[in-house]
Amino acid sequence: MIRSLVLALLVGTAAPASAQTVAIIRGTVALGDGSEPIQSGTVIIRNGRVAAAGYQIGIPPDAQVIDATGKWVTPGLVAGFSRLGLSDVDAVEGATDISANGPFSAALDIAPAINPNGQPVAVNRSEGLTRAIVAPATGRSIFAGQGALIDTGADLDPVTRARLFQFVELGEQGAEEAGGSRASAHVLLRNALREAAELGRFSTPLSGGGARERPGVPENARDEKLLTNDARRSDDVLLTRFDAAALVPVLRGRQILMIHAERATDLLQVLALKREFPSLRLVIVGADEGWTVADRLAASGIPVIASAMSDLPASFESVAATQSNVGRMRAAGVKVSVGTINDDDTRMASRARFYAGNLVALSKIPGAAGLSWGEALAAITSGPAEAVGLGGEIGSLRPGRRGDVVIWSGDPLDNASAAEMVLIDGVQQPLTTRQTRLRDRYRDLRQDTLPEAYRR
Amino acid sequence: MRSGPAVVAAVAAALLSGCAAVGSKPAKAPAVRINADPYPSTYRAYPGAATLIRNVTILDGEGGRIERGEILLVNGKVEAIAGLEGGGTAPAILQAPAGAVVVDGTGKYVTPGIIDVHSHLGDYPSPGVQAHDDGNEATAPARPEVWAEHSVWPQDPGFSRALANGGVTALQVLPGSANLFGGRSVTLKNVPARTMQGMKFPGAPYGLKMACGENPKRVYGSKGQMPATRMGNIAVTRQTWINAAAYKRKWDKYEAEGGEMPGRDLAMDTLRGVMAGDILVHNHCYRADEMAIMIDLAKEAGYQIGTFHHATESYKIADLLAREGICSAMWADWYGFKMESYDAIKENIAFVDKAGACAIVHSDDPNSIQRLNQEAAKAMAAGRRAGLNITEEHAWTWLSGNPAKALGIADRTGSLKPGKMADVVLWNGNPFSNYTRPERVWIDGALMYDANNPRLRPVSDFELGQPGEGDVK
Repeated sequence: MIRSLVLALLVGTAAPASAQTVAIIRGTVALGDGSEPIQSGTVIIRNGRVAAAGYQIGIPPDAQVIDATGKWVTPGLVAGFSRLGLSDVDAVEGATDISANGPFSAALDIAPAINPNGQPVAVNRSEGLTRAIVAPATGRSIFAGQGALIDTGADLDPVTRARLFQFVELGEQGAEEAGGSRASAHVLLRNALREAAELGRFSTPLSGGGARERPGVPENARDEKLLTNDARRSDDVLLTRFDAAALVPVLRGRQILMIHAERATDLLQVLALKREFPSLRLVIVGADEGWTVADRLAASGIPVIASAMSDLPASFESVAATQSNVGRMRAAGVKVSVGTINDDDTRMASRARFYAGNLVALSKIPGAAGLSWGEALAAITSGPAEAVGLGGEIGSLRPGRRGDVVIWSGDPLDNASAAEMVLIDGVQQPLTTRQTRLRDRYRDLRQDTLPEAYRR
Repeated sequence: MRSGPAVVAAVAAALLSGCAAVGSKPAKAPAVRINADPYPSTYRAYPGAATLIRNVTILDGEGGRIERGEILLVNGKVEAIAGLEGGGTAPAILQAPAGAVVVDGTGKYVTPGIIDVHSHLGDYPSPGVQAHDDGNEATAPARPEVWAEHSVWPQDPGFSRALANGGVTALQVLPGSANLFGGRSVTLKNVPARTMQGMKFPGAPYGLKMACGENPKRVYGSKGQMPATRMGNIAVTRQTWINAAAYKRKWDKYEAEGGEMPGRDLAMDTLRGVMAGDILVHNHCYRADEMAIMIDLAKEAGYQIGTFHHATESYKIADLLAREGICSAMWADWYGFKMESYDAIKENIAFVDKAGACAIVHSDDPNSIQRLNQEAAKAMAAGRRAGLNITEEHAWTWLSGNPAKALGIADRTGSLKPGKMADVVLWNGNPFSNYTRPERVWIDGALMYDANNPRLRPVSDFELGQPGEGDVK
């Protein structure tokens, strides 16, 4: 990380450098692990990571102390599913890298397309969102390509984990990409996995090293063994070599396969896929009708990143949609968290905190199911982190996690509150955006001696 | 639609031509009266019990607040409001009429029902399939002849979500913004009905949807057609008004003098209604500079703009909008989805309000319409953080009082004044919190939603017999 330099410029010497020890004291601390908030808690950040958080924690003598009396302290929000960083203005073609209609699909790696200088990254940072699971969207295949985990820090180094997962559409959208039928999507998927299996099997060891684990087994999808003619392929392949290579780690369970599906039967097909290919590491995204098959989802152990507020039969795959979906799945034991799935996902990921508040509200409505406050915060912090296997790294204030911490003016799930201080990897972030600059420019419309363009 | 001056003129013309028949010249035929309301509302208030809500915080929609208040609904109307603190219109304790339902509102809030001035429920209904794509007659840039009500599908499941989760009691359904002139809007009561007419707000004036900016020029420019630029947008708009003025002259003369009836033109009828002040203009416009041009254009053409919709840059010209008496219907925090929304700021609503201009929170969205109270809360919070003193009771004017003004129905609904329609929401807590939901919703005094009674949950025909029928949504 190269943030300390940048921040020295942006916020001056008060900014904690990543190596500095910071103690945030006397705040209402919510750990993000599902537990309820702690009154007058302490959070210690050392070397860019959480050293301790909770009650009665000693303050290291060298710590920079931040008094958070009257404030709330939480882990930074994690966008459970987003396209943050892929678009500056959605409707402007050149400013958008969400999907591609080029020759490749599964091989696409979204990491180089992330633009941390885009306004949506700055806006979400200012709203307390510090990490985002970013998925590409499909173009001409059911495979969208490989998504990443990013941070929203004010620097040019946004990617936390590149090629974290492969994203595939297996509902209505998948049917459309596959030529108009779910049946086609399922054959395409199985064929793709078959081609990946063949490619992996026929890759031969190269002289002079390479694979560390087993000779001949490719390390990752970029392994030369997969991409050159060293690995033989059958004549009747559909995928390009790059695309097939990209699916080798998926098939081996070394890369998550994230599947978007909403309809109850589509969700059951995902469970069937897991039985057919036990090595797959699956994550389900969407699941509007998940509550109708919640027991089976729970038994599968597959994490679900759901839309919190989806309650319209927006399509024929979401006929049973209800805002109680998340609460009911949670009650059934599904590992459920919240994302913005096709929901202004390039820009509005931080909106999930309001959704989480709404999930708490539902617990007061007869017949509805919601979440407790602690569960609701977890659904937008540790929940998505755990879904993609990074719960030990981000998403909570448990010791050892990255120092992504937000100090809020009040309850972060209520719409009256705002992020007042944001740390990423222990480094304080700027919270100004174009929006706040425009606000300040036009706050007062009095006629001045010079036009507004001179006010800054 | 109100019976406007046109009807009066027609009667006067008939009288005049009767007198003229004495003369030697052959009598001119009296002007035929054109029916201004050919698809009349069939909505009648549903039966409701007299209801007294006690011990409740009341935000009246006009900026008033009463703590430990009481409100009495009788015969579909607000009968009286009282309060131990903060004033009211009656003695501190209201007497419940015999048989009245008495509700204890301790810890709860009562507000006027929310009114959304910008919805496409019914004309872009759920499910959002191509067969339901009924919001944009994108076949020519000026289509004032189409009426949104002829696209409204009353079985859109979105209406019930707006009622039960959003506390929305009335809404304006607009055509989309592909066209410079999108067509007429319709104002509906948010009640389930078999027909659009069964939802139509009795006596509400029509609106005309207009649009500037990216959408019309993109839609037609991509067809190699005018308008392909913003200057093209303005040229087509001006020429259309020039045509409308000629039409108006012909028809004004005919209605005054009778004679041979000029040809009728549906498109021009609507624009003539705008120039007569009977139809209110709802202008989709994002950028400040374009709004300023539309204000001049309206003066040039001889009409008044009622409301700018979306208006993400209203904050840059809030003083101008206040001077011109134009409302802005806005989002709390939408930004960046298109170039003309690039300069959106979270303080837009609060800054417009501060300048003394009319501020409205709108949805344009079947999800956001379920949480307009929370959108207002975000806007209020942003304003407060920017140093403005905005009270909750004032912020509620953005959700009911001001929208009612913009729709020309403020004399009937939008605030809790005696004699007004009993369009009322009882919230189970502070409605600016996202921990709060509607507990009961009355429309014209009839209880249309009760969170505690699963039988008072409307289920659209579409959802009947489907998974999730009758579920909480």
